[in-house]
Amino acid sequence: MNKLKQISMYSFLIIASIVAIFPFIWMIISATNESKDVTKGTMLPGTHLFENIKNLFATVDIGPALWNSAKISITTTILALIIASLAGYGFEVFRTKAKDRVFSLMLASMMIPFAAIMVPLFQMFAKVSSVAPAIGVDTLAGVVLPTMTTAFLIFFFRQNAKMFPRDLLEAGRIDGLTELGLFIRVFMPTMKTTYAAAGIITFMSSWNNYLWPLIVLQSPEKRTVPMLISNLGSSYTPDYGIIMTAVVISTIPTALVFFFMQKHFVAGMTGSVK
Amino acid sequence: MEATKKGMGSQAKANLTGWAFISVACIMIVIFYFYPMIQAFILSFKSGNGMNLEFVGFDNYIRLFSDTTFKAALFNTMIYLIIQVPVMILFALFISVLLNSSTLKFKGFFRTAMFLPAVTSLVAYSIIFKYLFATDGLINKMLMKVHVLNAPIEWITDPFWAKVTIIIAITWRWTGYNMIFYLSSLQNIDNSIYEAARIDGASATRQFFGITIPLLKPIILFTSITSTIGTLQLFDEVVNITKGGPGNSTLSISQYIYNLSFKYSSDFGYAATVSYSIVIIIIILAILQFKLAGDDK
Repeated sequence: MNKLKQISMYSFLIIASIVAIFPFIWMIISATNESKDVTKGTMLPGTHLFENIKNLFATVDIGPALWNSAKISITTTILALIIASLAGYGFEVFRTKAKDRVFSLMLASMMIPFAAIMVPLFQMFAKVSSVAPAIGVDTLAGVVLPTMTTAFLIFFFRQNAKMFPRDLLEAGRIDGLTELGLFIRVFMPTMKTTYAAAGIITFMSSWNNYLWPLIVLQSPEKRTVPMLISNLGSSYTPDYGIIMTAVVISTIPTALVFFFMQKHFVAGMTGSVK
Repeated sequence: MEATKKGMGSQAKANLTGWAFISVACIMIVIFYFYPMIQAFILSFKSGNGMNLEFVGFDNYIRLFSDTTFKAALFNTMIYLIIQVPVMILFALFISVLLNSSTLKFKGFFRTAMFLPAVTSLVAYSIIFKYLFATDGLINKMLMKVHVLNAPIEWITDPFWAKVTIIIAITWRWTGYNMIFYLSSLQNIDNSIYEAARIDGASATRQFFGITIPLLKPIILFTSITSTIGTLQLFDEVVNITKGGPGNSTLSISQYIYNLSFKYSSDFGYAATVSYSIVIIIIILAILQFKLAGDDK
């Protein structure tokens, strides 16, 4: 009986893992094959990878798109971590009734669907454009500003700040650190895993963001990777080898970030301070 | 004590410092969430082309109730919601419980494998699914090879199967993501509770419904609300897998709002009206979910 249970448990997990991994394997295999072999449904690695990469860079502006996406995601991640951790720390360490009420209000913003505010946001940036074109439509600031602050991240930092040992702050105060100094020199280094987890979440969602950049970025040379891939995918004469190569390349940064920081990610999600 | 005298002053100062810490985040959320929300409400009473809008009273709302495209989008979105969210949450719960079992080997491998879909961008995986599920795609070829199918299923071009494809795709992408939340909560549950239950003779199923589910309730509530909001905002997948077709049969509300604003001759006012329908649905569903979670305590 117990043996049967073990077997069914492992077979379920193995099947689920295959289902989860299969599209990746197919994507990587397809990137190494010619378009016509992909169409045939080959499941064998081919020899066309370098050809596909060469063609991809020659026919599509993947280089600039990667650069645009990198600029946007790195800027968003850094700003998001600073803003959200300051707030999470502030809400928890300087807790008052009034701040708790503000916190609940901020959390309510999580219920606001992006689709409901995208039109007014676009109008807002269109208006800003006429006064300050540098932070309006079709700019880096236009993409980053409305997406960098999320109630989720503030909540995340606050939850983790609950586990932050307060006596460290007292010790720091005795050493004569200012409040900001305490935050930078004591809180930030102690909460490395939380920052890592938050950083992964933010980088991934920013790198993968499609809808808002699609609305706010208008010139083709400012396109991000998801916009470019979407365009490739909807072409009438698709070269599957090239498209899959682009898809693989677009997945590499988030996959790398995840694999290198997986340990921190799991630790950070559990909310432990190490 | 000396501290009480000094206390008032330094407490007020600490309070002020606290406000300074949270100020940037709060200002950003007000500017980029709450203000646009109010703007959208005002907009929903206006109509016109591009930036030239005039007040039209309740015209947009009247139009909403006779708009067949809106009804189609609402229907599709509800189908996605009712089927996809529960299926995904059950899967994620089940897998996380298996992964949490103390005797399981290769835990790290299984966990990573299940989470892998969550690292792909929505657009990237949509493109992969679009090709995998094409009528002459790999999924049909494989199903026919093992004789599950005699003729290919039109996964993308049939109104019914297109919805199924979208549901399969979203479930594939998000199950592992939700699983991580459950897994980290499960790891915090004290094992002695299960020991005690086992000694009392509770079966694995009893333990699951009697201990695991109640203890995970807050996180289940959290993930079901975020998944609901996510599904109501579904955009990337339908745009890139089916383009909303065939004949609006997979069109989502978000996509309709986008089309109204930026694709058809743009009508920001009516788009805002449609977008308020999502807000109302989210509020109703959130209240329902809180109620459900609270009632069977």
